[in-house]
Amino acid sequence: MSKYYVNKFLFTVDRDPEYLKRYIEDPRSFVATWEQSIGPKLLGNEMEASTVHVLTDKEREALINHDFVALFEIGAHFFLNLTLFIGIYDAPYMAKSGPLSFQREFAAKLQHWLELDYPSIAT
Amino acid sequence: MAKLVATLASTHHPFYLKATTAPPDQQMPQAPEWKRKIEAYRETLAKTKPDVLVMVGSDHFHQIFLDNCPQFLIGKASRYDATFYNEEREFGIPKYLLEGDEDMSRFMHQSLMDQNFDFAFSNELKIDHSIICPIITVRPDNDLPVVPIYTNIFAPPLHSPRRFYDLGRAIRKAIDDYPSDKRVAAIGTGHLSLELGGPRQFMETGPDPVFDRQAIEWLRAGDIDAILANVTHQSMEKSGNATHGFLNFILMLGVAGPEGADYVDNLDLFHTMEAYFTWYPKEQAA
Ligand SMILES: [Fe+2]
Repeated sequence: MSKYYVNKFLFTVDRDPEYLKRYIEDPRSFVATWEQSIGPKLLGNEMEASTVHVLTDKEREALINHDFVALFEIGAHFFLNLTLFIGIYDAPYMAKSGPLSFQREFAAKLQHWLELDYPSIAT
Repeated sequence: MAKLVATLASTHHPFYLKATTAPPDQQMPQAPEWKRKIEAYRETLAKTKPDVLVMVGSDHFHQIFLDNCPQFLIGKASRYDATFYNEEREFGIPKYLLEGDEDMSRFMHQSLMDQNFDFAFSNELKIDHSIICPIITVRPDNDLPVVPIYTNIFAPPLHSPRRFYDLGRAIRKAIDDYPSDKRVAAIGTGHLSLELGGPRQFMETGPDPVFDRQAIEWLRAGDIDAILANVTHQSMEKSGNATHGFLNFILMLGVAGPEGADYVDNLDLFHTMEAYFTWYPKEQAA
């Protein structure tokens, strides 16, 4: 498991409008591209490769499926997990069901965690 | 020596600007009240006529990430750009350019190191909404130089509540010792109970209204002993997964010293309790 690498995915995509667009339009092919050529770059240094991390199958599937519940359960950082999917779903939900409807659905899908200790976000 | 003229500690709410500048027919019902409260709070700073602002906030994975994650960091630059693309996208916060005060940053960095706080530093820091929100609320003209300080309230392990308080005391000493005739205000933001990306997010109130009321009373009284006796990483986690932003309130109480606040206000908004505190150093109080 590599929570760090999942977070690196969320972090690098959330901050880049072009990556975000590709992740919205075709998540499967974008995740493959990310694993091949975006994730393995040292942050802040385009020249240098970073060979340390790989996604597990479970992590990869969660990212491909925009599955923020699975990502919460993996222990992805709550802020990155929320912000990126707000970036993807807030506008369409807003148009259909009004303000905060995506955020409330996000919470509703996690209700089974209400009384439990949440998965650790420590990396 | 420099003179601390005010310590402000408040929540930061990235939607304030959007909520209060939307066309009136699209504003949330609380927007006018929210705006009134913010403008009253702004006055608690304006009347002290500061020359420079020491700003305490916490980067939300904008410049700082898990590949290189300092606990405490001070900005040392002559200027700071502010607001990241994803903050513009999500919150509608515009870009800003803040003036820095390199001399004061340098002095404070050395002082904090001398007081045993191993500060990271940055000569090229882009500021996020944890510091821009209070610029928008309490100093919208953005006419003063700043010394930005970031704390890690976000990526465990975090320092203890005690350590945050002690850091506030050390920042106070650094301000008091700064050889200058400047009037300094210290402004920090954080959160009361808050949930983000979890099952208790965006409810009608914050995730733990009981904690929120209690926290306001502790800060109103300046009761650091009660805070340190009751607030732990576990208790904050129970109050909401992003409640660790309360550590910045504890830090600011350290800057003010363990004294009652001179100004306290709050506003129960959807999904969060907003709270606004100002302390004036006792020898200055009217
Ligand atoms: Fe925040």
